[in-house]
Amino acid sequence: MAEPRVAVDTPLLSAEGIWAGYGREPVIEDVSIAIRPGEFVALVGPNGSGKSTLLHVLLGSMDASAGTVRLFGEAPDRFHARWRLGFVPQRPSLESEVPATVREIVSSGRLRQRGWWRRQSGADVAAIDHAIGSVGLAEVADLPLNELSVGQQQRAFIARAFASEPDLLVLDEPIAGVDRASQRRFRESLVHLQREHGAGVLLVSHELSAVADVIDRVIVLKRRVLFDGSPSELASSGVSLGIHEDDLPLWLEGLR
Amino acid sequence: MIAVLASALADPGFPRALLACVAVGAFAPTIGAFLVQKRLSLIGDGVGHVAFAGVGLGLLVDVWPVWTALAFAVTGAVALELLRAKRRVAGDLALALFFYAGIALGVVFAAKAGDLDLETLPYLFGDPLQMSTGALAAVLVVGVIVAVGIWSLRRVLFAVVSDEGWARVEGLPVDTLGVALAGLTAAVIVAGMKVVGLLLMAAMMVLPVASAQLLARSFRKTVWLAAVIGAASAFVGALVGQLFSLSISGTIVLVAAAVFAVVSLARRSLPAAIVRSAA
Repeated sequence: MAEPRVAVDTPLLSAEGIWAGYGREPVIEDVSIAIRPGEFVALVGPNGSGKSTLLHVLLGSMDASAGTVRLFGEAPDRFHARWRLGFVPQRPSLESEVPATVREIVSSGRLRQRGWWRRQSGADVAAIDHAIGSVGLAEVADLPLNELSVGQQQRAFIARAFASEPDLLVLDEPIAGVDRASQRRFRESLVHLQREHGAGVLLVSHELSAVADVIDRVIVLKRRVLFDGSPSELASSGVSLGIHEDDLPLWLEGLR
Repeated sequence: MIAVLASALADPGFPRALLACVAVGAFAPTIGAFLVQKRLSLIGDGVGHVAFAGVGLGLLVDVWPVWTALAFAVTGAVALELLRAKRRVAGDLALALFFYAGIALGVVFAAKAGDLDLETLPYLFGDPLQMSTGALAAVLVVGVIVAVGIWSLRRVLFAVVSDEGWARVEGLPVDTLGVALAGLTAAVIVAGMKVVGLLLMAAMMVLPVASAQLLARSFRKTVWLAAVIGAASAFVGALVGQLFSLSISGTIVLVAAAVFAVVSLARRSLPAAIVRSAA
């Protein structure tokens, strides 16, 4: 067993008193959250609640007007071990119609870890194969993405994030419009990453039914953090994540 | 027929021209594949126009226009990339700005030098038969630099041009690679300037890629196939142009366009499996 790369009590990601927005109007106000190793956190909120803005701030692609963000204990612009952070963007797609295989896409995810200027080693190939296998795409690894279903394409981008064996995985609406088989696969691979590697997971999603039973904590955002606690606590306030998969989106829309 | 062929090919400039055309045909689409993947298919055109301003200045101040074109093209391409990356200007609007300012500046410079007519045409439309051995060597050197540069950066370039937003979060050197790609693009445009011309170089960067992406089923194969299609189009185009006394550069681009037309028609009418097995 390898030495833990982060002291157990250091959050993988933390934000304290974040204010951010576009122009004068703040989109998020005084938001504080933390994700610790091995924790599976779901971030939910109605459309326009500031989820994307918060994500941009957390990942360092947007500056907060107030507050502090720490990735693995460091400010985002000083955090250089970026491979420890796996990111699955919202509705990722290739920029153009040039064909690219699942393996080509997933290999991109390994670049930062090995140093992008270095040759691919046997260990890199093994990690890439493992990532592809863990999302169930081994049989189509050498097919171009544009010949696969939307769900399979989405899984390829998830495997790209897995390829660096991240300590923290951040996923932005990864299962919107994905078929059931892919959702099940998606759940299995997240659980695998979390349990086998002790990784933390931050999942931004409306559709939590596929992962309801493995979520440790739910954060409800609507400009501010409205709720931060376990799914059972959320359930006691009348919202169930697992049983009625339609409940959550409806409930969230009611928060508008 | 054989006598016609022999006399056409007896032109002492032709072997050099043929070699230069095939080299440009191979390396232009190699870099073009990454530009198409980045959705910057038209950047070659923009850079070509800016390079023309350099040609005009070279003629005006009596410096070898290749140097001034290279300076303008590299500066323009890098500036364009930085403007685009910082989202200061929309990609197509920035391109338009460079297109028009470049060509206008070139016209003003060249007219001032009194060379607007005959002197500028070879730069705009190419004149491979008049290439010196030194110019051929320069084309081949740029070709080798592009091949080595693309080969060694292929994986990270692919990652960055495929998904720029993700690559930034991952901490990949998006801006540095963008500038490197822009610089290589400028070098390729200028290298092909006297071969197929500034106005037709962009076509050689894009048309073979358009054909290859219809046939290949991976990015790697698309790049290889585009280089092969580009080189073959250049070979056939140069030969046909020389035989029938047509513009060599124009014929090469027409052949590349014809290849694309045939491939896309074949792909529509044939079952996909047959087209794929051919790739």
